[in-house]
Amino acid sequence: MFKRNARQDLIFFLVFSAFVLSMPVLLAPIGAGYPDLLQKFAIYGLFAIGFNILFGLTGYLSFGHAAFLGVGSYAAVWMFKLLTMNVIPAIVFAVIISGLFALAIGYVSLKRSGIYFSILTLAFAEMSYKLAYSVLTPLTNGETGLQVKLRASGPVTDLINQDVRVLDAAMGIEENGIPAPSLFGLEITGWQAFYLCAVMLIAGFYIAMRINRSSFGMMLRAIKSNQNRLNYTGVYPRPYLLAAFTISGMYAGLAGALLAVTDPLAGAERMQWTASGEVVLMTILGGAGTLLGPFLGAAVIKYFENIFSAINENSLHAVLSFLPDPVENALVSVLSMFVGEGWHLTLGLLFMLIVIFLPGGLIEGFNRLIGLFTRSRKQTTGENREEA
Amino acid sequence: MAAILQITDVNKSFGGLRALWDVNLTVEEGTVHAIIGPNGAGKSTLLNCLVGRLKPDTGSVTFEGRPIIGLPPHRINQLGIARVFQTPEIFEDLTLLDNVLIPAMAKEDGAFRLNAWQRVTRRRALIEEAEHILEDVGLADQRHRIAAALSRGDKRRLELAMCLIQKPKLLLLDEPTAGMSRADTNNTIELLKKIGEKGITKIIIEHDMHVVFSLAHRISVLARGTFIADGTPDEIKGDPKVQEAYLGGAHL
Amino acid sequence: MDAILLQVLNGLDKGGAYALIALGLTLAFGTLGIVNFAHGALFMLGAFCAVALNKLLTLEKVTLDPTQKTPWGAPLEIRTPYVEAWLGDFGKFLVDWSVPISILVVVPVMLLIGIAMERGLIRHFYKRPHADQILVTFGLAIVLQEIVKHFFGANPIPVPAPAIFAGSADVGALFGLPPNTIVYPWWRLIYFLFALVVIGIVFAFLQLTTFGMVVRAGMRDRETVGLLGINIERRFTIVFGIAAIVAGLAGAMYTPVLPPNYHIGMDFLVLSFVVVVVGGMGSLGGAVLAGFLLGILQSFASMNEVKAIIPGIDQIIIYLVAVVILLTRPRGLMGRKGVMED
Repeated sequence: MFKRNARQDLIFFLVFSAFVLSMPVLLAPIGAGYPDLLQKFAIYGLFAIGFNILFGLTGYLSFGHAAFLGVGSYAAVWMFKLLTMNVIPAIVFAVIISGLFALAIGYVSLKRSGIYFSILTLAFAEMSYKLAYSVLTPLTNGETGLQVKLRASGPVTDLINQDVRVLDAAMGIEENGIPAPSLFGLEITGWQAFYLCAVMLIAGFYIAMRINRSSFGMMLRAIKSNQNRLNYTGVYPRPYLLAAFTISGMYAGLAGALLAVTDPLAGAERMQWTASGEVVLMTILGGAGTLLGPFLGAAVIKYFENIFSAINENSLHAVLSFLPDPVENALVSVLSMFVGEGWHLTLGLLFMLIVIFLPGGLIEGFNRLIGLFTRSRKQTTGENREEA
Repeated sequence: MAAILQITDVNKSFGGLRALWDVNLTVEEGTVHAIIGPNGAGKSTLLNCLVGRLKPDTGSVTFEGRPIIGLPPHRINQLGIARVFQTPEIFEDLTLLDNVLIPAMAKEDGAFRLNAWQRVTRRRALIEEAEHILEDVGLADQRHRIAAALSRGDKRRLELAMCLIQKPKLLLLDEPTAGMSRADTNNTIELLKKIGEKGITKIIIEHDMHVVFSLAHRISVLARGTFIADGTPDEIKGDPKVQEAYLGGAHL
Repeated sequence: MDAILLQVLNGLDKGGAYALIALGLTLAFGTLGIVNFAHGALFMLGAFCAVALNKLLTLEKVTLDPTQKTPWGAPLEIRTPYVEAWLGDFGKFLVDWSVPISILVVVPVMLLIGIAMERGLIRHFYKRPHADQILVTFGLAIVLQEIVKHFFGANPIPVPAPAIFAGSADVGALFGLPPNTIVYPWWRLIYFLFALVVIGIVFAFLQLTTFGMVVRAGMRDRETVGLLGINIERRFTIVFGIAAIVAGLAGAMYTPVLPPNYHIGMDFLVLSFVVVVVGGMGSLGGAVLAGFLLGILQSFASMNEVKAIIPGIDQIIIYLVAVVILLTRPRGLMGRKGVMED
């Protein structure tokens, strides 16, 4: 845990960074070596890493974190529309706005704990989702979603469909058609977009690691372990919880901004509670409370989503054509339930299996495997339990 | 000697049941004050009123001259009151060292401090102090174990260490030896005597008279929600009212 | 006056659905201590029992009638449901009344599903933290709805109510209002009455039978009841089955009001959890009361007059009420002290 000293952490961090930056090469053999998928690993990895600061450390299960992701996306697209296509203001603004939003929702929701807290966050997220579709249409453009449009040449009457980009205009940047997000002139698409997300992921990972090893992080663990004792120890848990909630909301906002950077379109469906459920799943799958787990969970889910959704009945027939026809057809009709459109079925099953058999997630699974190999050599105690 | 804790006319009832009835008590600084009494006398209720878990209906409690009624538990702790619970309240999923470090950090940082960038491992002084305290209670060799793995007796000692590291002015002990073997009880008595030398005022709730008479400078007897006797151990031994309360006279 | 009455009526059927789902949810929570996120899926399964029965009964035999021609000159295809061909008028009746008849299917099927769920999964989660229960049942809900989606597709499937209930009742006339001031679809009225009957049966069962007595005692203090030597586990399995039946019935009978799709359960689940919380975790009466109250409140919030004052209120009213209740009265309207207040 935090007893690892700063040097071990540094090595761990450098290895992680090296891995993330070389994912395009390392993951090419398993068919994941292209930017669209890899940037999803990074974005949802960030989302899950942030979620883990709340859920993994304090045990408070929020079912509304997708709302912060959505708010981040909207905020980023608005920056694109109003100010500039440069990604930095968009990202900064998105993180600030979602942080404020999380602060407000967290302040109210954290007045309760346990399942009541979960329901409160769920209620707030659903309210945001419904309002984004209805009353807030002037801000969200409802079902169509908020998009980057052409810069208005004349007087602006409709900000949803006419962009201004004040800063870009002032700097005399010419636009031909709808521009792509950029970083000081460098267009952020394709591999550039991935590397932007990767750098953000590495930064987010570093901050999460420092929080994990800090006194603050220890207090968060103490909240999960025994909040009652903490009260009688002279600690006021609520501001700690609110800080953790807000930080995790800012991570979600960052992830939302990056989604908007890679695809400048923000829609309300990102805020739905099933989307909140997905980040819970990622965190659990990898291992709640661990450092590496949430990123691992996010990457595994996005990878299999990509693979499984791409398979259809034809490709199954192609693979299984060596079998006798009746067997092939039967097998295909069973398997087809789990692939393509049926990917969510696989996801649901995976979810159940993990919660039932491996509540500590993949990281715990690895540790158990390592434990199996090392047990014969030395007695395992709590001390040398690996906690990545 | 000055009074560190002053309880005046405290009343508390639950529904129709009156748990505390005009309770008055003065605890002198630096003493070990035992509160004894039959089951259901209101001892735990009284402790709960002192640490902010319960709020008395009427009456006042002052600690070092400051009224503490209505303060939340963490504020009361920050004033210098620590409590050992009847069933050990510890951080079960954390290591022993963390268990002791957390109260130490609470003492140093106050009720809230956003030190998210400061590595725990950098707080050498606190860690050293925590290791000392663990040594004092005889748990130093287990400091990297997860607390849940401890025996019940060890959990109590850990909880005691968690309170001691805060150097409280007043330590409340709720049946610190309940369910312990004779040997463990004697160890705990020795331990409590040792910390007694540090001048911490203690209030002990205890059924075991052996423990009470080994430690207490002063004893107050609580029966049916009110104090019926108060004095030195020798005075209490000879008090017929106490014998009546204990021998069931109250119920006959 | 008539506007108010109309909104109350409009809220009744939805409120009935909320109340029924929340009732089962509370029953499972109060007795088993399980936070069941798959409860909405049980509602959905009930609805699809009705859909499946309707599809089965309307399986059609195609015959060609050479005496009649289509405008394109081909022989006219005549489609008759098999049951009609075999059973004549009685078959027609079966097709027409498929939704009420589906109750006969729903009860055993949902009982089996409920028991299987409790034995196979839920039972192993009694001692796990609530977060784990939420997560595993959430996973189960996804699995169940995806299976339904695989077989029935993603689009809502309309199922008609019996023809006799197809029209609307002139409810206004009952209250001495001029004719046609308040017309209300018969089936929704039926649904409300049905919900009342089911709620009545469940309460009667819990109040009047020894089984119910044990269950109620178990809700208060599980350990003591276990100590009395009563096999509380088996009874709790049946309780879960009952909760499943109630949810399934609510779903099946709701099909003519709202054509079900595979995620109808999720939509209702979130609202029902809110209903349970508003009513007070573990309080059956509270669940029913809150169900109807919120249903009615929601229909009031949909009035144009209200929306004009607070835009979008109809979308969020239930959540807003939940937040206010949770913050001001954390035990809900009728909750007992100490339920999940850790």
